[in-house]
Amino acid sequence: MIAQKSVERFFLLVLFVISLGLNAQEHEDAHSEEATEEAFNPTELINHHVSDSHEFHIADWNGHAISMPLPVILWTENGLVTFMSSEFHHDETGEVIVEKNGQKFARVHDEIYYADGGLNFDEAHHVTNSRPLNFSITKNVFTLMITALLMLLIFIPVANSYKKNQKAPKGIAGFMEPLIVFVRDDIARPNIGEKKYKKYMPYLLTVFFLIWIGNLFGLIPFFPFQGTLTNDILFTGVLATFTFLLTIFSGNKAYWGHIFATPGVPKWLLPIMIPVEVLGMFTKPFALMIRLFANITAGHIIILSLMSLIFIFESAAVSPISIGFSLFMYGLELLVAALQAYVFTLLSALFIGQAVEDHH
Amino acid sequence: MNITHPESLIFWSIIVFIILFVLLRKYAWKPILGAVTSREESINKALASAEDARKELQNLQADNEKLLQEARAERDTMIKEAREIKDKMISEAKEEAQAQADKVIKQAQQTIESEKQAAVAELKNQVASLSVEIAEKVVKSELSSKDKQLKLVDDMLNEVTLN
Repeated sequence: MIAQKSVERFFLLVLFVISLGLNAQEHEDAHSEEATEEAFNPTELINHHVSDSHEFHIADWNGHAISMPLPVILWTENGLVTFMSSEFHHDETGEVIVEKNGQKFARVHDEIYYADGGLNFDEAHHVTNSRPLNFSITKNVFTLMITALLMLLIFIPVANSYKKNQKAPKGIAGFMEPLIVFVRDDIARPNIGEKKYKKYMPYLLTVFFLIWIGNLFGLIPFFPFQGTLTNDILFTGVLATFTFLLTIFSGNKAYWGHIFATPGVPKWLLPIMIPVEVLGMFTKPFALMIRLFANITAGHIIILSLMSLIFIFESAAVSPISIGFSLFMYGLELLVAALQAYVFTLLSALFIGQAVEDHH
Repeated sequence: MNITHPESLIFWSIIVFIILFVLLRKYAWKPILGAVTSREESINKALASAEDARKELQNLQADNEKLLQEARAERDTMIKEAREIKDKMISEAKEEAQAQADKVIKQAQQTIESEKQAAVAELKNQVASLSVEIAEKVVKSELSSKDKQLKLVDDMLNEVTLN
């Protein structure tokens, strides 16, 4: 069985290498003819897909982008300004100026600037204009809201089903209950301890399901899912900050004692130990933030890169390889989606556990 | 990827997360965990009570067995006692009968003896009276002459001196 699989993999690899050679040649030939057409830039495509944006891009049709406009909410010097992002007409270069409440705004690479006296650029083509505080409902915020709404729609009926059904859980409750019990018995209980785990269960469950469902959302490649909130480092940062705050606010005497007067360490070492321990407080949630963000983003970048191969080689012959590998990556991502939710929750529980642990 | 306008996502993430957390905690996690915990407790309780019932049944069966054994033992002793009583009664009856028989025999013997003695006495009396009568007749005949009377007196006197 394993031998057969590895043989299959080997053939796939050979096929991939051959098609690489073939297509590289074709590409060379075609290059001169299509020199006038805009060159395909995979980096830009991938960046665009994994970045936040003011619109929810759905599809391209005949060269026109079809997207759902999202509200732009700006806190300007003259108060709150709101309009739909469609008023920019998909412009990202600052050419379209939107005038609201006597103020002018232009958008350059997803950032909205004051454009009262026109846009000024420096040598590196960066906008030097100042910008208002931007509280827009962006693609990722929209995805977060949908995810949150879906979670409410899943778990509140699940909770209500227990009122009617006192026996074994049925339907969606039967699916969710083992996961909830898993979070309780395999994450919270062993890491936080039998006495104190109950207080942190709502947080751990919310984080676990938000990350997991959020990750799964990102794997559905069409509207209105598509966006992945966990591939935004800001979102993972917010979650990690919550864990950090929860950790330090539930930290007991022993926890702080461990940081500022590590037991068993000579006094003269403390000037070195205290900064290290304090740094340790911050590196833990920082690692949480990076781990979740990097795992999900990397998976997406790989899938997008595999898909980009078709366009880089400008040949449909690559598609079996792209699709095959993407499919494999998708399978892996499904696993990673659950795994990262588990890891984030587990480590959060572990950090909280360390903070509330009773030292003897 | 470029991070643009970080404040929007951070702001909304915090707001949405807190709302989600509060709503889920109140309307989902607490009821679900409560239901799961209470179900676990009821299962544990049911198992424990089943175990108790099993033990009780076992005890009951043991009690029954004990009771049965006791009853059996009691029956055995009762039978034994009855047999003893019977034997005793029989032997007592036998003894009493024997005694009674002995007594009756003894009485009979006594009666026979007394009757015999009475008969003997009667016979003696008869014999005595007969003897007297005979002696009277003999004496009458003996003492019919004067010589014979004198001879008797002499004999008697001789006897007296001898004594």
